[in-house]
Amino acid sequence: MTISKKLCGAAAALGATLATSMPVWAQEAAAEPTLNTGDNAWMMTSTILVFLMILPGLALFYGGLTRSKNMLSTMTQIGAATALAMVIWVIWGYGTAFGPEGNKFMAWGKYFLAGITPDSLSGTIPEYVFVCFQMTFAAITISLVIGSVVERMKFAALMVFAPIWLTIVYFPIAHMVWAEGGLFFDMGALDFAGGTVVHINAGVSALIACILLGKRMGYPKEPMPPHSLTLTMVGTGLLWVGWFGFNAGSALGANGSAALAMINTFVATAAAALAWMLVEKLAGHKPSSLGFCSGVIAGLVAITPAAGNSGPFGAIVLGAVASVVCFFAVSKLKPMFGYDDSLDAFGIHGIGGMVGAIGTGIVYAPSLGGPGAADYVMGGQLVTQILAVVTTIIWSSIGTVIAIYVAKALTGLRVSPEVEQEGLDLGEHGERAYN
Amino acid sequence: MKLIMAIIKPFKLDDVREALSSVGVAGMTVSEVKGFGRQKGQTEIYRGAEYSTNMVPKIKVEVVCDDDLAPRVVEVVQQAANSGAIGDGKIFVLDVGQAVRIRTGETGETAL
Repeated sequence: MTISKKLCGAAAALGATLATSMPVWAQEAAAEPTLNTGDNAWMMTSTILVFLMILPGLALFYGGLTRSKNMLSTMTQIGAATALAMVIWVIWGYGTAFGPEGNKFMAWGKYFLAGITPDSLSGTIPEYVFVCFQMTFAAITISLVIGSVVERMKFAALMVFAPIWLTIVYFPIAHMVWAEGGLFFDMGALDFAGGTVVHINAGVSALIACILLGKRMGYPKEPMPPHSLTLTMVGTGLLWVGWFGFNAGSALGANGSAALAMINTFVATAAAALAWMLVEKLAGHKPSSLGFCSGVIAGLVAITPAAGNSGPFGAIVLGAVASVVCFFAVSKLKPMFGYDDSLDAFGIHGIGGMVGAIGTGIVYAPSLGGPGAADYVMGGQLVTQILAVVTTIIWSSIGTVIAIYVAKALTGLRVSPEVEQEGLDLGEHGERAYN
Repeated sequence: MKLIMAIIKPFKLDDVREALSSVGVAGMTVSEVKGFGRQKGQTEIYRGAEYSTNMVPKIKVEVVCDDDLAPRVVEVVQQAANSGAIGDGKIFVLDVGQAVRIRTGETGETAL
């Protein structure tokens, strides 16, 4: 009896300390650290939805965009990087991002999830659920980076790159944005579901990684059309569905903020999908299925930081604007500079993330239907948003350079020209996707 | 014996098959092929990257018949596969030296 009381007391104290390291919206709900089963049910569901985004969502989306000889390689890299991120998250990832001790840039403690019990609370949900939810974010972010380096990066190189990148780039930036005392958290940067942590971070890292890795053989002269836009469309659908866990789950409870994030995740995305096809038409092309899919992703990326920070019409405008900007990034900017961001991880996640992060400062205003307070000052918030974006760009660029060079020194980074020609499915995994 | 090889538009296959049946052709071989002639190729665009492919998908129909029937076969295929547009395809007629039915070992026209 006494022991269990003590345990409960310890758990409550733990919950209270954790509540202070939560995002603002969670803090409000965490006044009384008691378990809310409704919140918990939604957060467990959200966690699984985010996982659905990666496997099979992103794997199919990216897989369909590659050539058939690299289908399995692309999907396997996503699966393995995700699995690796999960294991690392338990060992030192969670501690580095959300540990009990820390400074502006990283935290420490709680390695191997030490001290967490089934009774530990984080806000109104068990801490284990919070750990799992955040774990899926780490996993999807490293998976997104793969989009720029597919069809030529060694599997072994990715397995070296991923843990280093997660440790020196992802965990610190997650800490900066979401943990109290973190740099952006203290600056008051608005990032509802991870526009900076996940999308700008993944997009910029993808750009740096693909530049260091070099172009695919034959790019851009040789045609490299997607091998199955059908699978890409299936993946897009799964990503959109899963994104409700990502965005509405970031409310960390089954509440009104989650509801706002939910409607925004519908309408911003719808507007973005239509906008992309409209721009295609205006540019003299046909409205395409890949355009639809690209618009969906651009809209989802852009609404991520604004999900609970915008009114529904603000979300529609933000989605549409991001879609148009991303269209130009992938169809004009990329050919102009000549880098081979193979599946447009930078063009859509990086650029869309930046539009979203900065746009959040605009759509948050109550005069535009946003949930900001009446005394909201847009100019000041925009400066904060831009500072957070620029800091993320610099941090993830430097971290990616380090992680890539370590991977290069240990594994050689790139497959041989013969393997690249024959396809990574056979060369790296000894299988064919289609027989 | 003649081998009549017709390269046609894929959607004309059913018409051609029916026309061949109507003149008494009992069997044929069909393959999906790609190629180009006077018809221009297609342009594909993926996120702004344009690829022009000059190979157009076609169907190749091969029929072997006796010499007397050959002109009639060519005529019905030409009519059935004709849409009046560029890219309708071509018909080639070749001499066949021998034909063998594998099951029975019959040779010549009786093997057709």
